[in-house]
Amino acid sequence: MENMRQAIARRRRVDLIFHVLGAICTSVGIVTIALLLGFLIVKGANRISWEFFSSYPSRFPHKSGILPALVGSGLVMFVTSLLAIPIGIAAAIFLDEYAPRNWFSSLIELNITNLAGVPSIIYGLMALGVVVYWMGLGRSIAAAGITLALLILPIVITATREALRSIPREIREAAMAQGATRWQMVRHHLLPYSLSGIATGVIIALSRAIGETAPLITIGALSFIAFLPPAPIQSQPPFLSFEWLSSPFTVLPIQVFNWVSRPQPAFHEVAAAAAVVLIVFTLLLNSTAMILRKRARSRISW
Amino acid sequence: MNAALLAPKAILGIKEDRQELSAPAVIDTSLVHPIAQPTKAHVRHLDFWYGTHQILHDVSLEIKEHCVTALIGPSGCGKTTLLRCFNRMHDLYPGNCYGGEIILNPDGLNIVCPTTDPLEMRMRIGMVFQKPNPYPKSIFENVAFGLRLRGVKGSELRDRVEWALQSAALWEETKDRLNENALSLSGGQQQRLCIARALATLPEILLLDEPTSALDPIATARIEELIDELRGRLTIIIVTHNMAQAQRVADVTAFMYLGRLVEIGPTKQIFENAAQELTREYVQGRFG
Repeated sequence: MENMRQAIARRRRVDLIFHVLGAICTSVGIVTIALLLGFLIVKGANRISWEFFSSYPSRFPHKSGILPALVGSGLVMFVTSLLAIPIGIAAAIFLDEYAPRNWFSSLIELNITNLAGVPSIIYGLMALGVVVYWMGLGRSIAAAGITLALLILPIVITATREALRSIPREIREAAMAQGATRWQMVRHHLLPYSLSGIATGVIIALSRAIGETAPLITIGALSFIAFLPPAPIQSQPPFLSFEWLSSPFTVLPIQVFNWVSRPQPAFHEVAAAAAVVLIVFTLLLNSTAMILRKRARSRISW
Repeated sequence: MNAALLAPKAILGIKEDRQELSAPAVIDTSLVHPIAQPTKAHVRHLDFWYGTHQILHDVSLEIKEHCVTALIGPSGCGKTTLLRCFNRMHDLYPGNCYGGEIILNPDGLNIVCPTTDPLEMRMRIGMVFQKPNPYPKSIFENVAFGLRLRGVKGSELRDRVEWALQSAALWEETKDRLNENALSLSGGQQQRLCIARALATLPEILLLDEPTSALDPIATARIEELIDELRGRLTIIIVTHNMAQAQRVADVTAFMYLGRLVEIGPTKQIFENAAQELTREYVQGRFG
């Protein structure tokens, strides 16, 4: 009896040790994010004002703003979403619901998994050769959008496939047994049921794209830009203009990088402020993804 | 145990000769059958392979119109595989291959012929699965989907959804909550919703794949009542592992073993006076 109690106490101690160790390991992540954000806010908070969002970068740190970077990031993300979301979802649907299971589809699957692990700078090099020069798009918003779309495509595909796979086989069989075509099954059942899951994956992919710097530097994003791309909506017919697609651009992380690399400490404050904006954007995107995921779980339980 | 081990040899012995096999099976159903109903579907020398593995061996039987036919047999005997041949569900997965034929009357179409459109078969033959599998949509939309696929709209759609829910004895419970999610229903209600979903499109044959195996006894009794109500109006094939259920609901019972049809006949005859020793042993619960 005494032996047993000692053994129990010993096992309890081991359990407690892991409990504490695990808590410490978990806090590493939280503390890092908190320190990072705190440090940036302390340094850059007093720079964040309406002027900061509405001004162009300048030689003078106190006049510098992030307007072109914000617009650039927004437009690039718009092009990226427009390309990556439909292509990624369609590819995932094809792979999961249409493609025959053979060595070729396994090879494609393996490749997609590998693509997700390719360093982003490689995408930049590839895009510089193919998109910028060969396709002749130049150092434009369109080229940047295509580059980032290719970069996040594997993430979108993988997330969509996971969402599709969480739908039980019985649901597919039910729809097919009623005489639906595969497309009707996908359109009326699989897509609606996996929408939250897909949206979560897409948002996480976009939040990765918004912070990407290396591939955009490679394809030649400008780091100092004092103008905006032409507006997409014009006052004269035909009202819509796509000139902005071929405009040079900068994005938030590149703007931050540019300011950080200046010697004057005042520019470092501006950089911190821009970094806060970037992080807040990313955190907002990720929280949206989390809320969507939670909603999906509570709404449908198989 | 001994019987189970000996049985395959016994069957193989009997069925070595194709002529010998098909003749008694056909005579069994058409001559001795007490129900003078026309044949809705005629299964002839049906084989089924999954890859190189043959699952159904030369199955021949007749499905009588507006009767309930039960397929019984131990797990793995191929009864569900046979059922899923009727609406070509095996086509959804690669590596499956049919041999022989299932002639669907009145037009004499061979269901398992590669040139027969599986979509057409699935639109003409409804199916209810083992586990209730309503779509995670509203109760109304669950029933409406099959109708929408057939282009039914507006007030006709509403009428036919109501009719289907009434036919599945679910209308009284659901008429005030048609827009609620079908997953909020109980298991038994979900299964009746799946039956309503299948009935809505007026199938020529209704396939039931162990429809009560996931349900409690009360829900099971309601489904059996429902099958009884549909008798005489609809051709039903039900797979069941529950012999008491087959006795309660089926007009005709087919006993399958190791991918072969051992015997088919009026339910009473199969359970009380089977021609084959193997069938007698199975229905008496001596193996399975």
